[in-house]
Amino acid sequence: MEFLSDIASLINSTLRISTPLVFAAMAGIFAERSGVIDFSLEGKMLMAAFVAAVGSYFLGNPWLGLLLAIIACVSLSMLHGFASVTYKGDQVVSCVAINILIIGLTTALAAAWFGQAGLTPTLTEDQRFLEVNLPFAESLRDVPIVGTIYSDILSGHYVFVYLAYLTVPLVFWVVFKTSFGLRLRAVGENPSAVDTAGINVFAMRYKALAINGVLIAFAGAHLSTAVNANFFREMSAGRGYLALAAMIFGKWHPKTALIACLLFGFTDALQIRLQGVELPAIGEIPVQLIQALPYVLTVVLLAGFVGKAIAPNAIGQPYIKER
Amino acid sequence: MVSPILELTNINKSFGHVHANKNINLTINKGTIHGIIGENGAGKSTLMSIVFGLYQANSGTIKVNGKEINLRSPKDSIINGIGMVHQHFMLVENFTVLENIILGFEGELVFGKNLEKAKKDLKNLCDTYKLNIDLNSTISDLSVGFRQRVEILKSLYRGAEILILDEPTGVLTPQEVDELFKILRSLNEEGKTIVLITHKLIEIMDLTSEVSVMRQGEMVGHTKTENTNKEQLAEMMVGRSVLLRLDKSELKTGDVVFKVEDLTVKDDLDVTRVKNVNLEIRAGEILGLAGVTGNGQTELLEALSGIRRVESGEIYLDEKKVSDSQNFLNPRQLKEKGLAHVPEDRQRMGLVTDFKAYENLIFGYHDQQPFSKSSILNHKDIISHSKKIMEEYDVRPQSPNLITSNFSGGNQQKIILSRELNEKPKVLLVGQPTRGVDIGAIEFIHQRLIDMRDRGAAILLVSVELDEVLSLSDRIVVMFDGKIVGEKENKNVTDRELGLLMAGVV
Repeated sequence: MEFLSDIASLINSTLRISTPLVFAAMAGIFAERSGVIDFSLEGKMLMAAFVAAVGSYFLGNPWLGLLLAIIACVSLSMLHGFASVTYKGDQVVSCVAINILIIGLTTALAAAWFGQAGLTPTLTEDQRFLEVNLPFAESLRDVPIVGTIYSDILSGHYVFVYLAYLTVPLVFWVVFKTSFGLRLRAVGENPSAVDTAGINVFAMRYKALAINGVLIAFAGAHLSTAVNANFFREMSAGRGYLALAAMIFGKWHPKTALIACLLFGFTDALQIRLQGVELPAIGEIPVQLIQALPYVLTVVLLAGFVGKAIAPNAIGQPYIKER
Repeated sequence: MVSPILELTNINKSFGHVHANKNINLTINKGTIHGIIGENGAGKSTLMSIVFGLYQANSGTIKVNGKEINLRSPKDSIINGIGMVHQHFMLVENFTVLENIILGFEGELVFGKNLEKAKKDLKNLCDTYKLNIDLNSTISDLSVGFRQRVEILKSLYRGAEILILDEPTGVLTPQEVDELFKILRSLNEEGKTIVLITHKLIEIMDLTSEVSVMRQGEMVGHTKTENTNKEQLAEMMVGRSVLLRLDKSELKTGDVVFKVEDLTVKDDLDVTRVKNVNLEIRAGEILGLAGVTGNGQTELLEALSGIRRVESGEIYLDEKKVSDSQNFLNPRQLKEKGLAHVPEDRQRMGLVTDFKAYENLIFGYHDQQPFSKSSILNHKDIISHSKKIMEEYDVRPQSPNLITSNFSGGNQQKIILSRELNEKPKVLLVGQPTRGVDIGAIEFIHQRLIDMRDRGAAILLVSVELDEVLSLSDRIVVMFDGKIVGEKENKNVTDRELGLLMAGVV
């Protein structure tokens, strides 16, 4: 039964590790489906992690920390919109500016407030999110199969893990089954068609960016107030970029983007599991090599296996009505 | 009893320094088909975009059914019963017909009951006007003619009483034009008011009951269509009398100087766009290549002029092979052998629009005497050459130092033409020579092409304007889906016959 419990713990970590990727990829779908490139998922995730940790620390409640993180991320999204939608600046440049700004800002603020460069104080149990045990998890643990799936895989996660996987069908429903979703997809494909239908193109893009800000805040809060109990320098560690890759790999579609996120999460879980393990014939694989696995996979998948990913037609182009 | 449905008073609109609409007054009567004619850049589309709420006028008033309305966005005009079919369709290509039509008028937050009602209403509209559209097909699978019908259906569904169509026939085959006009007439019989924007005189005479003429941003005349004729309208459009028929001398052909054998060409996406094409052009003849846009003409021209690689087949100039899949001459080497090319997309491939006129006038020949000596440009000779040639080709304004993008479309085309024709080429490849060019300049450009032919050049004319192909060519070939599907001597050929070939029907 050792093998079965190994598999169970691997799936369990995959779900946990994929969580910030899922939130970020869904956030990316909203921005990019509306025609606005969002390279700044990384910076916003970092900002959310910082604000959530600091907010929880001062206010004593992780939910209030999350709320502040949402406010911070929506503000950053609006800043991106202001530069690239209203003032028609280059969207990639605006994103890169945000990413660089946040790395510096979070480090500097942590140093100023807590005296440690890029580190916030450890949160107490009251100030952070704790693992949620699903009802009957303990009593069902010994039932074969069902017990493993329910108690070892599904139970015992942070609230964000459950929220992330509930968000995916919600995003799918909003994007494909509502009039807002129809307008969102149209504005990223042909903004002129949206304008001539009497809908405000700019307002649509701002709305999409606002939703983007809310979703990405969850990813950051998960990092600093759930899986970790504090914020540390550059703790987003490229997850924003990885989520962006997953979104492209998933062709801007919530379902396939979810699969991509899980795949990235799985390779990460696998590399943690494989560290220090002696493989027959090969021996121990160097840690650095194993840690590179998710990133190698990204490159391989994007370059070869996925086929041509067709982006929304109007992505990256500011809408200019009059010639 | 006629009553005005739309009244415009003193409309003004400027884009930067360009005064696109000057004090426009226009009255459109209910239940009429009203034509607005004018050359490219006369301000017709701008005016109608103002009526549709897409642009905001700097001053002036707009009344619908006698009531003054304030148009801040297309929403306001749609509410007031104004619909518009734009020249470039306002459709989302990867959406279905249904999704495109309900966009912005979904009537519910979550799709459900209203979507079913919309489907029923749209089916009824399709039946009433015989539009024959499948609501579930994706736009990118539809032909241009059907996309246009989707636009019409969209306007009707949104409650249009006034339907504005901006140059609706530019992309259609003659048969599709017939179909469109049938639909417009039946709309008119049901009481809809139609506004037709066009630069084609024949459409005004065919379809409209009243006509207004615009020239250089101003409204220069209104009349009932039955009280006027093509010549009179052309004169109003241009501001002087225009020759509508070309004088062409008897054909005197020489040897075959340009030959294409079994040519196959792929585009950038590796799709085969030109399929086993054979062509022969003799000295002193114009071969017209007709076809609907996107049937391989662009790739053919690019391959012939040395810009695009040949997949298979051969090209001969003066009986010497110049290109096949292994060896090919580049555009510069072809130029030296006497082949000149006036590209289809003049602003992208024919000119550097940010350069001054004199620079564009010598581009490609700039390394030759007397323009340069030992790799240094000879400014004085270039300027004097430019002045001379601008006068000869009637490029206005005659200022070699002006930035090229400041010239009108017609004058930009004259700059390219003068540069290429000045070298007296043996073979001339011309793509869309008069696209976006005003009537006065069209007349001039056509005359120059005929002169070249009479001097013994072999000319390949690629154009989507059927009238142009018919009036200039000695022989006509039709291209459809990358293949030459027909060849006709230009004697008693009708546009109907060519239209069937262009649509791939025969």
